[in-house]
Amino acid sequence: MPRHLIDITDLTTQEIDALLATAENILDHPEAYCDVCARKQLATLFFEPSTRTRLSFESAMLALGGQVLGFSSADSSSTAKGESLTDTVHTVSCYADIIAMRHPKEGAPFAAAQVSEVPIINAGDGGHNHPTQTLTDLLTIHRERGSLHGFTIGFCGDLKFGRTVHSLVNALSRYPGIRYVFISPLELKLPRYVKEHSLKNRNIPYEQTTELSSVMPELDILYMTRVQKERFFNEEDYLRLKDSYILTPAKLSDAKPDLSILHPLPRVNEISTAVDRDPRAVYWKQVRYGKYIRMALIMFLLGLTP
Amino acid sequence: MNIDSIQNGVVLDHIRAGKSMLIYQYLHLDTLNCSVAIIQNARSVRMGKKDIIKVDTPMELDLDVLGYFDSNITVNIIRDGKLVDKKHVELPKKLVNVIRCRNPRCITMAEEHLDAIFLLSDPVRHTYRCAYCDTATDKTFP
Repeated sequence: MPRHLIDITDLTTQEIDALLATAENILDHPEAYCDVCARKQLATLFFEPSTRTRLSFESAMLALGGQVLGFSSADSSSTAKGESLTDTVHTVSCYADIIAMRHPKEGAPFAAAQVSEVPIINAGDGGHNHPTQTLTDLLTIHRERGSLHGFTIGFCGDLKFGRTVHSLVNALSRYPGIRYVFISPLELKLPRYVKEHSLKNRNIPYEQTTELSSVMPELDILYMTRVQKERFFNEEDYLRLKDSYILTPAKLSDAKPDLSILHPLPRVNEISTAVDRDPRAVYWKQVRYGKYIRMALIMFLLGLTP
Repeated sequence: MNIDSIQNGVVLDHIRAGKSMLIYQYLHLDTLNCSVAIIQNARSVRMGKKDIIKVDTPMELDLDVLGYFDSNITVNIIRDGKLVDKKHVELPKKLVNVIRCRNPRCITMAEEHLDAIFLLSDPVRHTYRCAYCDTATDKTFP
């Protein structure tokens, strides 16, 4: 049975720590990894648009000396002819050594893992999970703060459909000494199952608020998210909520000097571009780290070492 | 009321009163070609009222279905007119193709050939979660 990454908890904290260490070593010594995946092929099956995730997977595999194949929309696959997801994945698993897939339906990677003969990496399934973004976030936090414990993190924006938030809360809940503040409109609060599964079941306290300004001075990390148009059935609701929180330099006046501002990107307008010049904005570093943690993950799932 | 004893078959006892037809449907007892007796609102010392189902043929029962709908049910196996085994069902850890996910964004809604898999996440509240999308189905007797 191949090893898959469907949910971040498929990895133990020891495995996550090892992946972070490998990614940091790649950052320091990229040349040592340039042939690790020679003659291996990564298939990127993206049934939903993506810039960063798909290209970072492809860039990661190429940097490891491997090759890539795949498609970037459902329209350019046999899905358009009515082929089932499981048949598509079964087919591709006969060609490739590892598959990274994104799908708009929740649980699609779990379904794929039931039929695949090679490792499946969940590259985002609807509003559900996005574990490789979580690994990217963890690497960013680790590099910015030096550890994965002992800080206050605020999650702001669309916490209901924000799959990156769900996965990151789930991952961080296994590390000690973290205080959680959830900032969102009432309609976009963190889903009950995430609070129960990740926090309540582990007796981890958390705070929920609709006001970003009131909690800003307490935060060591601010994780901003986009209100995602594609997750709404009703455009009126989207238009009403999309500008709920826009981060500007003025709103950061009360923030700690060593705050780290993360965002999984893409952004629309929830972070003003003026914030990009603030040294506390680390979301462009976060993008860069995404490639290196995916290199570490591909090697891990293929059982390869330099 | 007089219902004949069965010689070889199964008696489902201690069904919550009024729920026997639901069990009948979920176990597909309507497809059997034998006598099936449904007794509703029988007197019970323990429960006040209860339902009973008697099936007059030996059969394999899906104990997971029974455990999911009512973990108080007892399953009595009858052979040659005698009780030879009594089984107590319990909440199953995993349900396959018993209930369907109600999340419209779940892959099982789009691809109906997929097995509907639910995992027990909270035994106290009888909560199950879809193995694909994590959507909870609180266990309430429908």
